[in-house]
Amino acid sequence: MSAIELARAVRAGERSAREIVDGYLATIAEHEPTIHAFNLVTADEARAAADAVDAKVAEGRDPGPLAGVPVALKDNLCTRGIPTTCSSKILAGWRPPYDATVVQKLAAAGAVSVGKTNLDEFAMGSSTENSAFGPTRNPRDPERVPGGSSGGSAAAVAAGFAPLSLGSDTGGSIRQPASLCGVVGVKPTYGLVSRYGLVAFASSLDQIGPFAANVADAALLLEVIAGHDPRDSTSSPEPVPRYTQSLGDGVAGMRVGIISELMGDGIAPDVRRRVEEAAEHLAKSGATVGEASVPAAMFGLSAYYLIAPAEASSNLARYDGVRYGLRVDGATTAEMMESTRTEGFGVEVKRRIMLGTYALSAGYYEAFYGKAQKVRTLIVRDFAAAYEQFDVLLSPTAPTTAFRFGEKAEDPLAMYLSDVCTIPTNLAGQPAMSVPFGVGDDGMPVGVQVLAPTLGEVPMFRAAAVLEAGAPA
Amino acid sequence: MSDAITRDDVAHVAMLAKLRVTPDELDRYTSQLGAILDHARDMEALDLDDVPPTAHPLPLVNVFRLDEVGPGVDRAEVLANAPSTQDDRFRVPAILGEEP
Repeated sequence: MSAIELARAVRAGERSAREIVDGYLATIAEHEPTIHAFNLVTADEARAAADAVDAKVAEGRDPGPLAGVPVALKDNLCTRGIPTTCSSKILAGWRPPYDATVVQKLAAAGAVSVGKTNLDEFAMGSSTENSAFGPTRNPRDPERVPGGSSGGSAAAVAAGFAPLSLGSDTGGSIRQPASLCGVVGVKPTYGLVSRYGLVAFASSLDQIGPFAANVADAALLLEVIAGHDPRDSTSSPEPVPRYTQSLGDGVAGMRVGIISELMGDGIAPDVRRRVEEAAEHLAKSGATVGEASVPAAMFGLSAYYLIAPAEASSNLARYDGVRYGLRVDGATTAEMMESTRTEGFGVEVKRRIMLGTYALSAGYYEAFYGKAQKVRTLIVRDFAAAYEQFDVLLSPTAPTTAFRFGEKAEDPLAMYLSDVCTIPTNLAGQPAMSVPFGVGDDGMPVGVQVLAPTLGEVPMFRAAAVLEAGAPA
Repeated sequence: MSDAITRDDVAHVAMLAKLRVTPDELDRYTSQLGAILDHARDMEALDLDDVPPTAHPLPLVNVFRLDEVGPGVDRAEVLANAPSTQDDRFRVPAILGEEP
């Protein structure tokens, strides 16, 4: 059953939230030992929340648009009193004293959180292999990675542990795992969803977004979590459209551009073929399809891997063993801080902190960080030019299908290249989503990325719904 | 752009970032950071002289609100997370060489 159908059945009193949640908890109990999607399953809290929804229904009160729908939360979203680890040893034992805005909104909408999902430490990675608690496995083939950094949230939906989940996307961390696990993943316009209570990685790029098994469920979840929040100064004041209402409007007359720069040699031929088929399907459905050019997208990876680490090196300075989390003792405070950070952070996080510190340091700032910020301007300009000709753009979500454990773990640059198609969107602050569209030569899912201009979620979801309907079996 | 990152550069940024690295790690990080920074040299092909920098995707302005007292987070809940506390404060080891 879809999330929309589950909520309808609970609201109508046809099914109890408790029975639904118990069913999903049973699936988790059976398959979680293989998949390891979760850092923590909050079964008791989930049952209590489900009972509260059922009580509301019994009393004739409105239980909310996601009444009784189980949802899994990426473990970098703050949950009051419930451990939030970012899959890092440095946050050992931390229980946030407040809920993220999205967590509050989900609870108010009647959704039932079933647990906190695994991620690459502090959302830095593309495979969940950087988790301090061990990797998540791809439910479609446990020998392969689920992608990352929101690998646990993608796997949770793909494995049927929850019909919905939330992730965060700084350079592709929702869309890439969605593609690799064969589910829908949405990175909304920067500022559409409040970042209050999302543990910061790169503040000018981070955005929370939904995972779902289908486009309509993802649209409904985005409706629930989007909206202005006075606690996030970058929060958009624009009213939130009802994305679910326009999903069936089709693509007749829509102008769709395939990003030629993201269809080149670095993309596996079977993935490229699926994107071409997706474009043909949109054309058959009434869209005008053409070739779009975003030349600066080619330089997105270079700009991103200076800007994101630079922001991260600053954001992660707060983990010093003083106020929360791990403390490794030392004779002086300076020694304590150094020992805490050295033991608390994993290798990828250290790598990015050092890279960012270097890019920002005296003598290198202009050559690296400064240059990257200018390239960011070019990317914004090139997208703006492309969107004068097209309503939405199309590309692969990831260059390949899911790869095997260890394949890229020793080569950071090869791992970073898995984000080459998703990064430009984050630098431009625009929305994009991954829609499953058949499988590759290895039988693993392929995701097609639909990109849209700032606050262009409505046409993005419309195109995605048409792609979903035409996806090869 | 500048010369390749050296072992000394990596040792220096590790110190700035309050991270301790072993000699082996220093070798590995130097070569890995070198590869990433080398990739970033593709930006040298672009003419960026007249391009303004973008720090943020939104045209940000300061957001103001009335300075009204609202509920804060619970002090006991916050302090319960601290590795060490004393008299409702965070306790740390000695600083500046003084006795703890």
